[in-house]
Amino acid sequence: MKSDSRLEKVLTAGKFAVTAELGPPQNADPEAIKKKAQYCIGNVDGANITDNQTAIVRMSSIAAAAIAISCGVEPVVQMVCRDRNRIAMQSDILGAAALGVKNLLCLSGDHQKFGNHPQAANVFDIDSVQLIAMVKGMRDEKQFLSGDPIKEHEPRLFIGAVENPFADPFEYRVLRLAKKVEAGADFIQTQCVFDVEKFARWMGLVVAEGLHKKVYILAGLTPVRSHKALVYMKNEVAGMSIPDELIKRMESAGEPKEEGLKICLEMIEQVRRIEGVAGIHLMPIGWESITPVILERAGLLPRPEV
Amino acid sequence: MIVADRKPLEEILNSIKDYKKIMLAGCGGCVTICFSGGAKAVELLASQIKMARKKEGRDIEIIECTPERQCEYEFIDEIKKDLESVDAVLSIACGVGVQAMSQRHPDTITIPGLNTKFMGYPIEHALWDERCAGCGDCVLEWTGGICPIARCAKKLLNGPCGGSANGKCEVDKDTDCAWQLIYDRLKKLGKLDNLKKIREPKDWRTSTNAGQRRIKFEEAML
Repeated sequence: MKSDSRLEKVLTAGKFAVTAELGPPQNADPEAIKKKAQYCIGNVDGANITDNQTAIVRMSSIAAAAIAISCGVEPVVQMVCRDRNRIAMQSDILGAAALGVKNLLCLSGDHQKFGNHPQAANVFDIDSVQLIAMVKGMRDEKQFLSGDPIKEHEPRLFIGAVENPFADPFEYRVLRLAKKVEAGADFIQTQCVFDVEKFARWMGLVVAEGLHKKVYILAGLTPVRSHKALVYMKNEVAGMSIPDELIKRMESAGEPKEEGLKICLEMIEQVRRIEGVAGIHLMPIGWESITPVILERAGLLPRPEV
Repeated sequence: MIVADRKPLEEILNSIKDYKKIMLAGCGGCVTICFSGGAKAVELLASQIKMARKKEGRDIEIIECTPERQCEYEFIDEIKKDLESVDAVLSIACGVGVQAMSQRHPDTITIPGLNTKFMGYPIEHALWDERCAGCGDCVLEWTGGICPIARCAKKLLNGPCGGSANGKCEVDKDTDCAWQLIYDRLKKLGKLDNLKKIREPKDWRTSTNAGQRRIKFEEAML
């Protein structure tokens, strides 16, 4: 085992893994984390604690992760390259591991233009591929990026990365995934899948390259409550593929919430059948309470003992 | 070339509000090519300033000049005599020219009239795009001649982020995704292998992170 992570144990045992997103609040209230953690306790193998997502200032992901741990939830700490240089990142990686964090997800990070401080300078000292390699170096080579040794107590982290099968250039997305795997990614969480056909095509390329045998791939899924959410994502979020029939189906639904739930459940079934998919990652944006409901109805509860 | 843009007239008027006689100095180099600081720009700005001041009932006297290059002492020495009679220099050279002027003529205040933007070239008439960030460690050899440091909003070295869609950058839908361009170009050249290699973290010491940079050309030293 590379870490003491529950997520790693579930995946290496060949069980279908479940992770879900837990966004920290835009204030200093620990209760906000504790409340959302309730939906995750015992229901997921890891809860992603986002790192100032969409460049909006929120409670530190590592601080929120420490609160989640105290509630009995295993966090997947997200770390973006936008706000910190290699010195601060390595410092935070040591700090996260010392607080009991066992999973780290490495991302480039949304550009600050989309957040509430568009005037900010961005950092991008290193990129997501380089971050993955840096964390692996700290864990496996027991050394900092500078080459200086870490004397005992190296951070034992299960390393995650993301990929967006719906962004361009489509053919390069698999090549880029291969780079992340080579750099040291242990698991991958994808951008929200709405276009299952395109996702399956991408997975076909992933399997053809044999990457599914080197890395665990969790399909990202977002349950939606209205067709407006889909329309918004289709028009405003770059690199999203949302089929029109899905929008029509939500628009004509008598009970949109139930319909959104049904769509999510159907998608879980569909992605489970795709070769190389090792689990799902739920991103119920602003609708965290639905996580246990979806997992129960999808037959993914109780989570396996590992 | 260095590309610069004129500051808003209001800001310029405010910065010279205390002066009765100024020198308006353009530059015959890059900013002439990008229309913001050449002899014509000097003439236009001078008349705008005079009109605005006349309206306020506070006339201003302006000596107009456009040295061949404001970033070299030999050219700005030519205007030294005129400096004695003015309250300030309003320079519409790039930031380098403004500083050369300030350094060479320290007894006169030099005020910038332009915002210096980037190093680039005109992609069509009257339209300039940034091309080089002066990072000090050129990567164009393996990127198919397209710079991800200057042209990617995240300065990524290992391929496009998840926001690349239809060839455009998520930060600005009018801007091409640099990594889409790099991918297309390398594919055409049969060099996609260049993108398979993991690129190590960049050594930013050659960029602006180590303070002011200097280049010495030993062979030419006197």
